[in-house]
Amino acid sequence: MADRPITYREALSSALREEMQRDERVFIMGEEVGVWGGTYAVTRGFLDEFGAKRVRDTPISEMVIAGAAVGAAMAGLRPVAEIMTINFAFLALDAIINHAAKVHYMFNGQFTVPLVIRTTTGGGKQLGATHSHAPEVIFAHFPGLYVAVPGTAYDAKGMLKASIRDDNPVLFVEHSTMLQRRSPVPDDPDFLLPIGKSDIKRKGSDVTIVTYQKGLEHSLVAAEELAKEGIEAEIIDLRWLRPLDLEPVFESFKKTNRCVVVEESLPLFNVGAEVAAQIHDVCFDWMDAPVKRVAAMDIPLPYSREIEQMALPSPEKIIRAVKEVI
Amino acid sequence: MGVTLNARFHAGWGTLTMPKPNKETLLDWYRQMVLIRRFEERCAELYQQGLIGGFLHLYIGQEATGVGAVAALGPNDHVITAYRDHGIALARGIDPKRAMAEMLGKRTGVSGGKGGSMHLADRELHMWGGYGIVGGHLPLATGIALKIRYMEEDSVVLALMGDGATNIGYFHEALNLSAVWNLPVVWLIENNQYGMGTAVERASGAKELVRRALAYSSEDGSGMKMGPRVDGMDVLAVYEAISEAAEHARKHGPILVESLTYRLEGHSMGDPQRYRTKEEVESFVETGPITRFRSYLTETYKGVEKALDKLDAEALQAIDDAVEFAKNSDAPTYEDLISHVYVD
Repeated sequence: MADRPITYREALSSALREEMQRDERVFIMGEEVGVWGGTYAVTRGFLDEFGAKRVRDTPISEMVIAGAAVGAAMAGLRPVAEIMTINFAFLALDAIINHAAKVHYMFNGQFTVPLVIRTTTGGGKQLGATHSHAPEVIFAHFPGLYVAVPGTAYDAKGMLKASIRDDNPVLFVEHSTMLQRRSPVPDDPDFLLPIGKSDIKRKGSDVTIVTYQKGLEHSLVAAEELAKEGIEAEIIDLRWLRPLDLEPVFESFKKTNRCVVVEESLPLFNVGAEVAAQIHDVCFDWMDAPVKRVAAMDIPLPYSREIEQMALPSPEKIIRAVKEVI
Repeated sequence: MGVTLNARFHAGWGTLTMPKPNKETLLDWYRQMVLIRRFEERCAELYQQGLIGGFLHLYIGQEATGVGAVAALGPNDHVITAYRDHGIALARGIDPKRAMAEMLGKRTGVSGGKGGSMHLADRELHMWGGYGIVGGHLPLATGIALKIRYMEEDSVVLALMGDGATNIGYFHEALNLSAVWNLPVVWLIENNQYGMGTAVERASGAKELVRRALAYSSEDGSGMKMGPRVDGMDVLAVYEAISEAAEHARKHGPILVESLTYRLEGHSMGDPQRYRTKEEVESFVETGPITRFRSYLTETYKGVEKALDKLDAEALQAIDDAVEFAKNSDAPTYEDLISHVYVD
């Protein structure tokens, strides 16, 4: 089956459609998923195709969107609940953290929660402080939950299909500025990517860049610039914040002896902090320079484009960080 | 400020309009209520001895509500509740041995010693657990009921909550969605008059909590049905109210019922109870649900005392056996500690 270039949005749509066709227990619930067709148009046409039983519009009620999805999953359905943006997931923190993530453990395995919560992340769209975040790392703090952060259409499709088929709860975080990005994706209805496997997106020998989603885009641009100066960056896309797969990072680091972590989230207690600590732990004898972090600035994001962009990671900032460790 | 529950109560047993359960059934309810009372008394002792840790919320005083409500359900129906869950778990048929083992944190406990007092569940019995976050289980009930509609099943969910839970956002979102989707849920408020130490009227704009149902109902009768405020100290009244409510939920959709009851012990162990007087508590001891039900039984069935005494003795023995079983059970192991974080 030939790979066909499709958008990140189409990848999400086709993953959902295929899994709903495959398994009657899979259904969608959330704000504007049905009549509207999804605020990001991911579920356009689904209401006509699958009907109101399986494509369920909800009131603006994040606590019950997440919580009822947990209950339905415990009872044997396989909900794909949509929280319009990750900002609104803050309202559902208790349902996601205390219930989705812990119910299986707390009752000693009596209940499982085969649930996917889809949401969108990211700043840079002039939406102001409350709507501009990349706070997915918060959710990765908690055992019992998986956190998916696909950065390409290919990954989005294979990871979403795998998430829906898995018996564990997954927070599936899509990047709101990447929906139009295209990459070749297999047509195979059983195309699945393994849960908790990072991926080398670019080979290189001089520095290891660890990143995901928007950071991946910026890093690929930065790497091309660096290559012109003879610096070859190896880029590792985490793809999942939990399970966190750092084996390829350690392997790469033992070759490059240098690492820059790039992410759109805030600088304190972030992915970079975790990656740096683990490299320190595992690769201490291979370290030639401190691990550098490129993240958003430690401020709420403003509206004005000029200063919002200033606060976010960019290829220039990545190039600067790489040059500091080379 | 004293609480005078009875004045607000429904008339009690006299109101029973459905066929009365037979003597055998009534004696079984008595057995359950006494079993719960003895279980709770023993838990308090074990807590004082340091054998039970964490939080411990006793059900003493509320037995008629739990037993009457659960008795109204069939084996395929579902039960979910908050952290004051021992009575509900025992009423649903959880083995007191495995419940007590959970209290003592043993691996033979219903939740393997990982849940504790607030988290008693048994999937086989469709007892979906007690939950420690006030109101956190209400959307789960909505979700379980969605599955019933989705799979076109005939069962209902009984979702119990305290009066305090009616003030948290979860209550609004979970009840509203159950009305929008017309789900088979009996929402049962166990109004024991205090959310921790705050009296209902100091916490809720609606003193009659069941009136909250009106917020999710329409003039044409669609949406949430406002059920009765029932005498929660009267096991028969609760049974009747929940039987009717369950029928409504099964056929039509969600209904809210309020049970007026009273917690005879503190909110949890170590509650200094500065928010109420000794006299107030004493006044409810005399009219407590077990005393009242026993009087009813002895008045109704001549010579039943002997059978009741036997049930009293058996309950005590069952709790002794449960404690023995729990004490002799093994603690969870390292393997237990790290298992069930994820489904393998």
